Amino acid sequence: MATIIEQQPTIAPALEGTVKEERLQVPRKPMSPGKIVAFIVLSGMSFLFIVPFVWMLSTSLKGFNDLAGSNWIPNPVTWDNYLNAFGYGMWGRWAMNSITITAFSVFGTVLSTSIIAYSFARLRWPGRDQVFALVLATMMLPGVVTMIPQYILFSKLPAFGFMGSQTWVNTFLPLIVPAFTGNAFYIFLLRQFMRGIPMELSEAARIDGASELRIWWSIVMPLTKPALAAVAIFTFQFVWEDFQGPLLYLPSEKNYTLQIALRFFEASAGGAPAWNYMMAASLVVMLPVLIIFIIFQRYFIEGVTLTGMGGR
Amino acid sequence: MALASSRQPAPKSRWSLTPRAREGITGWLFALPWILGFIVFTLGPMLFAGYASFTRYNITTPPNWVGTENYERLFRDDRFYTGLGNTLWMVAVKVPIVIVLALVIAMLLNIELPGSRFFRSVFYMPNVLSGAPAVFLWLWMLSPTGLINNFLGLFGIQGPAWWSNANWTKPGLVVMGTWWIGGNILILLAGLKGIPNDLYEAASIDGASGWTRFRFITLPMLSPTIFFQVVTGIIGTFQIFTTAYLITSSSSTGTSSGESLANGGPGQSLLFYVLYLYNRAFGKQGIGFQMGYGSAMAWILFIIILAVTLVQLWLAKRWVHYETEGK
Repeated sequence: MATIIEQQPTIAPALEGTVKEERLQVPRKPMSPGKIVAFIVLSGMSFLFIVPFVWMLSTSLKGFNDLAGSNWIPNPVTWDNYLNAFGYGMWGRWAMNSITITAFSVFGTVLSTSIIAYSFARLRWPGRDQVFALVLATMMLPGVVTMIPQYILFSKLPAFGFMGSQTWVNTFLPLIVPAFTGNAFYIFLLRQFMRGIPMELSEAARIDGASELRIWWSIVMPLTKPALAAVAIFTFQFVWEDFQGPLLYLPSEKNYTLQIALRFFEASAGGAPAWNYMMAASLVVMLPVLIIFIIFQRYFIEGVTLTGMGGR
Repeated sequence: MALASSRQPAPKSRWSLTPRAREGITGWLFALPWILGFIVFTLGPMLFAGYASFTRYNITTPPNWVGTENYERLFRDDRFYTGLGNTLWMVAVKVPIVIVLALVIAMLLNIELPGSRFFRSVFYMPNVLSGAPAVFLWLWMLSPTGLINNFLGLFGIQGPAWWSNANWTKPGLVVMGTWWIGGNILILLAGLKGIPNDLYEAASIDGASGWTRFRFITLPMLSPTIFFQVVTGIIGTFQIFTTAYLITSSSSTGTSSGESLANGGPGQSLLFYVLYLYNRAFGKQGIGFQMGYGSAMAWILFIIILAVTLVQLWLAKRWVHYETEGK
C-alpha cells in the first residue's frame, strides 16, 4: 500500500496553501511611502504585543527592592527567585499531574477524532448526515451549560479506589475520559480534510481486501498528518492551560495541575502577591506551550484558519 | 499489496452481509465513541439539568421537587441581574473593540511588506498563552505599580487602581482582552486574502477612492467572516469564568480573597454570569451547593445564547453578503 501513497504526493495540499503563496513573492521593489508608514505602524504594534513577555521576564529576575521601579534591567539580577518560587510546595508532583493529563488527552483526542471523522468523511451509513448535523450543533453549545450536571455525574460514578477516591471526582478520569469521545471542532476539521483524499485510494484497498480499520490506519491517517498535528497541538494547549476542569475535579492538593498550583501559590502568599516569584513561576508554567508554539507555529497558524477558532 | 485489482470483493463466508451493509455497520461503529460521548457527557447531563432546575438538590441528598421555585427566586435575585448586566457590558464593549482592532491589523498585514510572516506570528503568540499564568501577568501589568501605570506616569497621568476600583475592573479586562486578538486577526486575514484582486482593480479603474473600496468591496466581501466572529465572540464572552475567578480570588482586588470571590470583586463589578453560577453551585461561602438553582441558571444561559444567536442570524440577512452567483 505504501506504493499507492508515494504516487500521490500532492493529495494533502490544503494546509500548505497559505504559507507557500507568500514565498512566491516577486523580487522586491522599493517600498512606497504608504507601505513604509504601514511597516512602521505594524512594527510599533507588534512591539506592544511583545512588551508583556519582556516585562514578565524582567520582573521574574527582580529583587524585592526593585519591584516597584520601572527599570527594565533588574538591578541586581536575582536568579534565586526561580529557586525560591519552586522551593515551596509539590511542584514536581503538580508538573507530573499536568503532563499525565495532557498526554492522555492528546492521545485520546487524536485517536478518537480521527476515527470518528473517518466515519463521517469516507463511509456511508444510515443517519450519517443527521448525526453530523448534531456534531455541528454541539460546536455552538456553551460548555458551562453542562458544567453542573457533568459534575453531578462524575461525583456519582464509582472509581473503586482509583487514585484513592471512591468517585471520579478527585481522579484524572473526568479530565481524560471525555477526550476519548472526540471533539466537535476537530471532527469537523479532520472530516473536511479527509474528504479531500481521493476515494479511489480507499476503493483500491477495499478490492485488495483491506478492512476499514486498516484503510483508516494505513492510508488515511498518514495523509492527514498536518491536520492531526494541528489537532494534537491545540489539544495540548487547551488541556495544559485548562483551569475550570481541574478546579472542579481535582480539589485535593496532591492532585493539583500547574494552573491550579499557581493560583494556590498566589493565595498562600497571604497579602499582596510577591510578583517576582509569581512571574518566575508563571513563566515556567507557560514555557512548554511557548516552546511548542515557536517550533510548530505553522500548524498553529494554519489550524486557526482552518477551524475558524478565533477565540481563545 | 500484490493482489490483482481485477478480483471481485468476494463475500466472506462468515458474513452474509452485502458490502453496503458492512460499510453501514462499520460507519456506525466508528462514529460510536462520539455518539456515546454525546449521550453520556452532553445530552444526558443537559436533560438532567433541566429536571434538576425544578428541584432543590445539594448532591448528597436526593433531589426534592419544588416546581418553579428556583426560577421564581432567580428572577427576584439582584445578583442574577448584576451578573447579567456585567456580562452584557463586556459583550457590548469588548466584542466590537476586538473585532475593529483585529481588522485594522489584518488589513495592515494584508499589504505585502517585508517581515509580514514574522508580524503574524507575533500577533498570534499571546493566543497560545491563556489560563492562570497569563491572567497573573495582566494582574501585575495593571497593578498600581505595574507597567501600564508606570507608562501613564511618564505623561503625568495618575493611572487608576484597575483591580480595586469598581469602575475600572471591566475596562481593565478589555485592555487585557486586546492582547488576545491574534486568532481574530488570522481569520480576518484569510478572509481578506480570499477577496479577488480584480474587484479592486475594476474599482480603481472606475476611480474609486481607498475608503470607497473599503466600504463597498472589503466590508461586504468580509461580512461573513465578521459575522462569524461576532457570534463566536458573544458566545465566548458570555462564558467568561477563569479570568474573573482568578482576579476576584486574588488579593489584588483589595479585600480578603474568599469574600471577594463570593461577591464578584469590588462592588460586584466582576460578578459575571458564570462566576455567579459557579458560586451558587460550588462556592464555599454559604451560598454553595445549590445545584438546582445553578441548573436553572445554566438553562437560562443556554436559552439566552440561543436567542442571541438566532437574532444574529436574522440580522445577518440584512448585512451579511454571501457570494452565491455561479455556484
